[in-house]
Amino acid sequence: MTLLRAILLRLLTTAITLFGVAVIVFVVIRVVPGNPIAMMLPPGATEADILRLETQYGFDKTIPQQFMIWLGGVMQGDFGTSISTRQPVSGLVLSRLPATLELSIVALIIAVTLGGTMALLGTRFRDSKTEGAIDVTAGMALSIPDFLWGLVLILLFGVLWPVFHISGRISPSLDIDFTTNFYLFEALLRLRFDVIADLIGHMVMPALALAIPLAAIIAQLLKQSLKETMHLDYVTLARTKGYGEAKVITREALPNALLPTLTLVGVQFTFLIGGTVIIERLFSYEGLGNMAIDAVINRDLPLIQGIVILFALIFTLVNLAVDMLYVVLNPRLRHA
Amino acid sequence: MRDARADVRRPVGLRLWLSGGWLSLLTLAAIFAPLIAPQDPLAQDLFLGRLPPFWESGTEPGFYLGTDSLGRDVLSRILYGARLALIVALVAGTLTCLIGATLGLIAGYYRGWPDRIISRFVDIWMAFPPVLFSILLIAVLGPGLVSIIIAIVIIDWTRFARVIRAEAISQGAMDYVASAQVAGRTKFGTMLAEILPNVLPTIVALLTLEMGIAVIIEAILSFVNLSISTDSPTWGGMISEGRISVHQAWWVLVFPLITLFLTVLSFSQLGEGLKDRFDPVLR
Amino acid sequence: MSAYLSIRNLSVALKGGGPILRRVSLDVHPGQVHGLVGESGAGKSMIGKAVLGTLPRALQVTGGEIWLDGVNLETLPPSERRRRIGATAALIPQDPLTALNPSKRIGPQITRRLVDILGWSRADAQNRALELLAEVHIPEPARVMRNYPHELSGGMRQRILIAAAFAAEPQLIIADEPTTALDVTVQKQILRLIAQMQARHGTALMFVTHDLGVVSKVCDSLSVLYAGLVVENARMRRFFTRPIHPYSAALLAATPTYTDPFGSLKPVPQNVITAVETEVSQHDRRTGA
Repeated sequence: MTLLRAILLRLLTTAITLFGVAVIVFVVIRVVPGNPIAMMLPPGATEADILRLETQYGFDKTIPQQFMIWLGGVMQGDFGTSISTRQPVSGLVLSRLPATLELSIVALIIAVTLGGTMALLGTRFRDSKTEGAIDVTAGMALSIPDFLWGLVLILLFGVLWPVFHISGRISPSLDIDFTTNFYLFEALLRLRFDVIADLIGHMVMPALALAIPLAAIIAQLLKQSLKETMHLDYVTLARTKGYGEAKVITREALPNALLPTLTLVGVQFTFLIGGTVIIERLFSYEGLGNMAIDAVINRDLPLIQGIVILFALIFTLVNLAVDMLYVVLNPRLRHA
Repeated sequence: MRDARADVRRPVGLRLWLSGGWLSLLTLAAIFAPLIAPQDPLAQDLFLGRLPPFWESGTEPGFYLGTDSLGRDVLSRILYGARLALIVALVAGTLTCLIGATLGLIAGYYRGWPDRIISRFVDIWMAFPPVLFSILLIAVLGPGLVSIIIAIVIIDWTRFARVIRAEAISQGAMDYVASAQVAGRTKFGTMLAEILPNVLPTIVALLTLEMGIAVIIEAILSFVNLSISTDSPTWGGMISEGRISVHQAWWVLVFPLITLFLTVLSFSQLGEGLKDRFDPVLR
Repeated sequence: MSAYLSIRNLSVALKGGGPILRRVSLDVHPGQVHGLVGESGAGKSMIGKAVLGTLPRALQVTGGEIWLDGVNLETLPPSERRRRIGATAALIPQDPLTALNPSKRIGPQITRRLVDILGWSRADAQNRALELLAEVHIPEPARVMRNYPHELSGGMRQRILIAAAFAAEPQLIIADEPTTALDVTVQKQILRLIAQMQARHGTALMFVTHDLGVVSKVCDSLSVLYAGLVVENARMRRFFTRPIHPYSAALLAATPTYTDPFGSLKPVPQNVITAVETEVSQHDRRTGA
């Protein structure tokens, strides 16, 4: 019963947060100086033309009125029409979402693998030079944000030793028709290894740039948590049972050390997703973030609004998922 | 056997000296940019376009780090770019710190409804992708130094508010705070006299980190061409141009990138170093 | 009769620091219970940890021999030493609340070692665990195997740890203050259970405790420790009638008995402490520690 209440309360705060985001975006972008409608029309358009379009997009009404109209549309899945492309916002946004999701998930996988390995090695060789080296590496990796790592990677693996593609999501020469926009996922299902290789070749640098800071955080937090766990009695008991150090760490300490790390990594993963905006721009990767920057430059208000709301929704969903995962993985809560 | 990490951790002092040294050097370079810059950072000369740095062949004297596609001197532009970067770091960092720390202190110490309101706003802010939010704000406010600073303050105050709130809560729960109030101090007086000095080290460390973040945000904004007027020299703008012509003229990207990298790293290492030094628990 | 565990001149010290154990020698014979008694900080737990190879990282063995079943453990390579301990010895830990892995069910915590280290089949290990849980008087063993530690009481968990220790039929069990963390009412039951299990399985048991009263009930022989120094090794009957070392005598006098449960709770006299401190420093001078 308490669990149900907790979930309901959680959903309510999520709704309030999303509503707050919507209101703020709505207010902020309607303070935009300059008339976006006038910018859309060819020079020489009459006042009447501008007025007609303004009415069409609802800009002639007051901001609260506009907000209610927009909110009513959103309730029915209608996020309005993009000013620059004149297509429904929902369609545009959904067509780009898969690219950003794939990039974020690949980055997350890289971060967990890299950070986890560093944490395990640091624990295995704790209090030695190896741990010191891992601490210094993680500290460095954390000091530099994803944008700069992206540029460094471009120089290293795009120019100095050009092994990866520095822009785009897929080579246009590739002969494949996708039925969805989840290119990587679809290529994996269809076992098109040439396509997978090409997609990975495009994705690896932006994903790595996003992953490096998160990997450093995981390495630090998980190692800390592991080292605390290694002092506990059940770990000592496992040692007397004849298990080697590596087994003791992975089998006894790791499952318990993961939990405290998980919640913090959840928040950090939302930061990673936020980072896709500039990383996609940097690598000309055709995802949601790249589209968002174009939308801002074009003053495409409905599109900006849709994208920001979608990001906010993803963030809150990630946090919700992490909380759920915490309950599932924690035996104490599972049976409570 | 000695704890080998002690050997690795020792360069804390060195770390502080190196990062502090680089930032001092950069500050001097920024202040005296008009005196030491070899060229006018805005002067274009298409006949001098894409000159390589001095150690390669085909250079012109006075263009030490080469020129971009419009023939503007890279070194001079980096020096002038440092002015914008450091002003943004200083002003935006300090303002963000003042506003965020104040709100965090109030929320964490007074609790109750001020805390609920501030925390609700922090939650909403956490649901925004920060880079997109800053770009959006610049689009609304229009390009310019003041806009950049306002945008940074608006998107990043939560960073201070979150941390300082948590610290104020834990400090407020301690016995010495209760005894100060028993001794007759007002609530506000206790906050300033007892809580603030104890969270000050954290504030200073966060402020240093924030300056690095401000530099990065400014670079990102100029990278997407939204910082200040387009022909003013900015590191982000140079990187943006260098990114496009990286295969023809790597130096246009590499030199501003190295400068930016070292500056951000220095701010962050300085912050970490100060945190280690001031934190009574870690020390 | 040859000892199953034979410790000779074992010294343990802080890395780059002072001694913790001072040339400790003692024997534990097959099927017998040997008590290790001393005040807290006397180093009695460290002997067990040194044998099992679980000394804290700040400590190290600086000398001596640990003979287990005729093999000097200190000459073995670490992995070999670990396997040998895992296959022939077991630990009953002090605090049952922290000695079970909170994220794992009870069953695997008993059976994993049988499968991994001793090479049993899963079914055999499962049956063996059920058998032992019943032996330590756990009701509904099959259900408890599927429980998580936090769902069970402290007394239950200590029974489970005892069952787990005996599961692999070890030759030697080290019980490290196994009742200290429990309620007084549960203490007696657990003590009786350990004694029963030891008798039934014929295991050699090294029993670490600060409580001479407990020793008098379960042990066949004992070592008295002060500041990492064994001041007396003795058979039980002789010890209680005629302790040789003044510190032992004082300790014995300080222990409440059934005939006089409150009257004799007196501290070890200062002159005895001074005498034994002198002995420790003489020992250090002699060994150059």
